[in-house]
Amino acid sequence: MVKPSSLIREKARSPQKVIGRSQALLVVGLALCLLVLFICLITSITFGAAEIHPNTVFAALTAFDGSTEHLIIRTVRMPRSLIALMVGAALAVAGTILQGLTRNPLASPDILGINSGAAFAMVLVLFLLGGVSAPVYVGFAFLGAGLTAIAVYLLGSLGRSGMTPLKLVLAGSALTYLLFSLTTSILILDQETLDEIRFWLAGSVAGRDVSLFLQVLPCMVVGLLMAFAMGKPLTTLALGEDVATGLGLKTGWVKVTAIVVVVLLAGSAVAIAGPISFIGLIVPHVARFLIGTDYRWLLPYSACLGGILLLLADIGARLILKPQEIPVGIMTSLLGAPFFIYLARSRVKR
Amino acid sequence: MNHWITVRSRQISFRIDRRVPIVLVVLGLITLAIVLLSLGQGEYPISPIDVLKTLLKIETDNADYDFIIHTLRLPRALIAFLVGVGFAISGAILQGITRNPLAAPDIIGINAGASVVAVSFIVLFPSVPGFVLPIAAFAGAFVAAILIYLLAWDGGSSPIRLILIGVGIAAFTNAVISVMLTFGQINSVSQAWIWITGSVYGRSWEHLLPLLPWLIVLIPLALLLSRDLNVLHLGDDVARGVGSRVEWQRVLLLITSVALTGASVATAGTVGFVGLMAPHLARQLVGTAYEGLLPTAALMGGMITVLADLLGRTLFAPTELPCGVITATIGAPYFLYLLYQNRHQ
Repeated sequence: MVKPSSLIREKARSPQKVIGRSQALLVVGLALCLLVLFICLITSITFGAAEIHPNTVFAALTAFDGSTEHLIIRTVRMPRSLIALMVGAALAVAGTILQGLTRNPLASPDILGINSGAAFAMVLVLFLLGGVSAPVYVGFAFLGAGLTAIAVYLLGSLGRSGMTPLKLVLAGSALTYLLFSLTTSILILDQETLDEIRFWLAGSVAGRDVSLFLQVLPCMVVGLLMAFAMGKPLTTLALGEDVATGLGLKTGWVKVTAIVVVVLLAGSAVAIAGPISFIGLIVPHVARFLIGTDYRWLLPYSACLGGILLLLADIGARLILKPQEIPVGIMTSLLGAPFFIYLARSRVKR
Repeated sequence: MNHWITVRSRQISFRIDRRVPIVLVVLGLITLAIVLLSLGQGEYPISPIDVLKTLLKIETDNADYDFIIHTLRLPRALIAFLVGVGFAISGAILQGITRNPLAAPDIIGINAGASVVAVSFIVLFPSVPGFVLPIAAFAGAFVAAILIYLLAWDGGSSPIRLILIGVGIAAFTNAVISVMLTFGQINSVSQAWIWITGSVYGRSWEHLLPLLPWLIVLIPLALLLSRDLNVLHLGDDVARGVGSRVEWQRVLLLITSVALTGASVATAGTVGFVGLMAPHLARQLVGTAYEGLLPTAALMGGMITVLADLLGRTLFAPTELPCGVITATIGAPYFLYLLYQNRHQ
């Protein structure tokens, strides 16, 4: 016969298992993630055409002496790696929010066409107005991302069955096709921007404009902080609209804020690095696999893992066809597309 | 009143919708008009009358016309037309065997398979003769088709997963194409764009010849199989009930469709959405019976591509837009419209 006390203990323990790991473990895990992120960052800075010893890398960051090596580190590799880190984090968090919001395992800013919307808006503004100041440029990226997000959301929820993963993905990919062909038309009409923009359009963190990055950075940081603050309501919303309303959540507000955050994050990521795909799709799944469905932890983990993944992809993009580089966006597609197929097979029911 | 025209002979019997002959004639005339316009259009404009005279080998005032039309413009227009025909028939067959109104070779990723192999061939073996390319593209399309079918298999092929997996395959192959273009020596941007967007730019007789045998074999085959397609469209159980060898017919039809796509992609890259639009427009004109639908869709596809090429050359002349960009700009909203139409499924 089982003792009553052990039964009670079993009952007390099991809900916690379902919700997630214990707090202490989560903190340690996050610290570990940050450590890996830091190692990836240093590796990314160390790798490159010129062989530079890690000690020199540290010296360049702590005691800058103006030598060529230190200059390379400070002006080329450091910005590139930081951009990869921030863009990865932003896209991953945007994807996590979208998957929670739409309760759709295939949702991410690139699959739903939000990235292409931002990219198209930026190409359009370059074409129509020529050189514009950075804030205007970034503003258009937000506008494009926002309009596409709304359009996909509306198209995806047409019909009696409401929003289904398939409709959302189909609407997203049709919009991506459309925006891609419009972008292509503009680029063909305006040959001058073509060469300048082609690498960016494939998604790349190499040779980006540092001043643009510094201007976009506040948007990303604000977006990330807002996202982290939304952990609790998002966890509730992920239970389903009815349950969330029943628990007293103002779902309308949460949704609107979440969309704003996604647009902020995806728009600024695209503005600086072009439409990089699949980071926003893969990372949330990995994070959810590691820690469960608690968005208070899921979001910071996603940010960390997104940074790690994009840094690794960027290192890979430099190595795979050495000495040539391929845009990091192509790397993430090569990794991410099979993962997408896997998800479509395992997570989408007829 | 009788809706059908029935044709019977000892070997073969079929019936077509009464509307079909009229629609075919009208579509043919419109296509011919567009081709004449298209042949006259360009850096060196020629009036449609002179175009017609040159085509019929009647003497015109200008001796250059013969060269411009027969050597430069006619192969391009013909290729645009034939490629459109190929994509349209391929799309119509796919929609029939998957019973999915949104299926088309480009949407479920068969185009992507063909184009990745074709691009790899051009990059890795730049000196291959022209006739190899369609074979390679066919192989690529075929592998992609098998892969998609297997990956989408879930105790029966589910239309939903078919499309989702196609989206994934297309994303992957596009990345591989980009790697190839970075890695390879295709420095001219126009060459690269042909494959990415689909274009008949600079196509000449030497590109047309490798395409022809495929179409000559496959189009009659598709028409012969159209009766089976009608039966398959009713569903596997019904088809089996009336005595169809379902799996065998489906495989044969799939091969036909894939081969048509492969040959078309090898010639002009991925001209998107023609295979989606043409069958739907044709169905609105002549109904769903495949004996009439296939030829109508074929003409419609040819017309769309020729028109897209003409628009691409004239809209922003002298700059030229690839016809694939035009078809995608029209086709993507059309796809969204179809999505709206099918919203309750």
